Amino acid sequence: MISEVIQTDLCIVGAGPVGLFAVFEAGLLKMRCHLVDALPQVGGQLSEIYPKKPIYDIPGYPSILAGELVTNLMEQIAPFKPGFTLGERVEQLNKTETGYQVITSAGTEIQCKAVVIAGGLGCFEPRKPSIANLEAFEGKGVAYMVLDPEKFRNKKVVLAGGGDSALDWAIFLADVCSELTLIHRSGTFRGAPESAEKVFELAKEGKLRLVLNAEVKSVQGSNHLEGLTVSEADQESDHHIQTDYFIPLFGLTPKLGPIADWGLNIDKNAILVNTEDYSTNVPGIYAIGDINTYPGKLKLILCGFHEAALMAQSAFARVFPEQKLSFKYTTVNGVNAF
Amino acid sequence: MADSFIELQAEDLHGKSMKVEVPTDMGLSLMEVLKGEGFPILATCGGMALCATCHVEVLEGYTDLPEAGNEELDMLESLPVLTATSRLSCQLRPEHCPSKLRLRVLGEDNV
Repeated sequence: MISEVIQTDLCIVGAGPVGLFAVFEAGLLKMRCHLVDALPQVGGQLSEIYPKKPIYDIPGYPSILAGELVTNLMEQIAPFKPGFTLGERVEQLNKTETGYQVITSAGTEIQCKAVVIAGGLGCFEPRKPSIANLEAFEGKGVAYMVLDPEKFRNKKVVLAGGGDSALDWAIFLADVCSELTLIHRSGTFRGAPESAEKVFELAKEGKLRLVLNAEVKSVQGSNHLEGLTVSEADQESDHHIQTDYFIPLFGLTPKLGPIADWGLNIDKNAILVNTEDYSTNVPGIYAIGDINTYPGKLKLILCGFHEAALMAQSAFARVFPEQKLSFKYTTVNGVNAF
Repeated sequence: MADSFIELQAEDLHGKSMKVEVPTDMGLSLMEVLKGEGFPILATCGGMALCATCHVEVLEGYTDLPEAGNEELDMLESLPVLTATSRLSCQLRPEHCPSKLRLRVLGEDNV
């Protein structure tokens, strides 16, 4: 369902440091920006993964914490009043007469003149185990995440995995499912000790069947999943478990996601760009920061900042085709807020 | 210095194999060395133990490697495929490796 239409000049996919700085470079040239990020907060990896780690190669800062850099970037771009759509993943990109229409996973629609992909590592997607037939049952009993637990009420469910996510869902679903099994490759769990303890308790109470030192070998069914075959380390023969659902929870891995289907030239999970302006092979779509590649590419924040500046000069011609661009220094002209 | 090189032997799942002497003062991780030798390791996360595309099975020398840190152990634990001697090559540095190391590159995108 389309819930909202946002009009902007540049739609920036990814609100990491490079996406944020692109707002500044675009703002100097009077281009308005809207950022979309699958994460619920700005900053990308810097906020999500290492906010307390120091970065030593930001020019002018001998050392700055990743979280502080994000705060500073937000302050730096504030005069240009960027819009944000956070916690939503960009799903679709459609060409329009004047540019592009971007649609997110929650149905938010953004109309823009050009798209800037600053997606960093890409989006984190569930890691799929290599089990025979597994993909054939995706959406037919096999799921890689729990979106709506109610779907599993009074059903037979098998979870696989040993991390926090597997433990948390095992605890939650124990009261929801008619029969719940947790299969784990080893005999112990590295997840939170209290969660592991709770899982062992539930198993003792009979609310959950724990199959340890075991792996799922194959899945079976006709139109829908009906069961799976499990191999246990200390058993000679494999055994069969009947189930309605199988949810492998093996963590997340960064992938390009829907971006891979936009007709862009891709090399090893990165978008090929022209280093003159960091444009892709599709007119009006740029790629900057860790997500792009070109001869000599370095995945550094400072390189992404440079790419953002050159991208903005080129995007200007698409946003304001009738205007002539004259290069200006901030020391001469200052920063003129919107 | 006697230990200024390690002998690294690596193979992929298709049987491609290479043997190389790696200087211990290069300042690179084993992931970077393997990439440099042409193994198709994506190294999406750049060495932060986040993507596991540099997952290796250590065939020889495992017990002489430094212990894995929490970040590496957490990532390894979450993987669908894990061997008894799995490591993330981005977390290993030649200067801390035994003088002879043999690996099989397992990262999911290298299959």
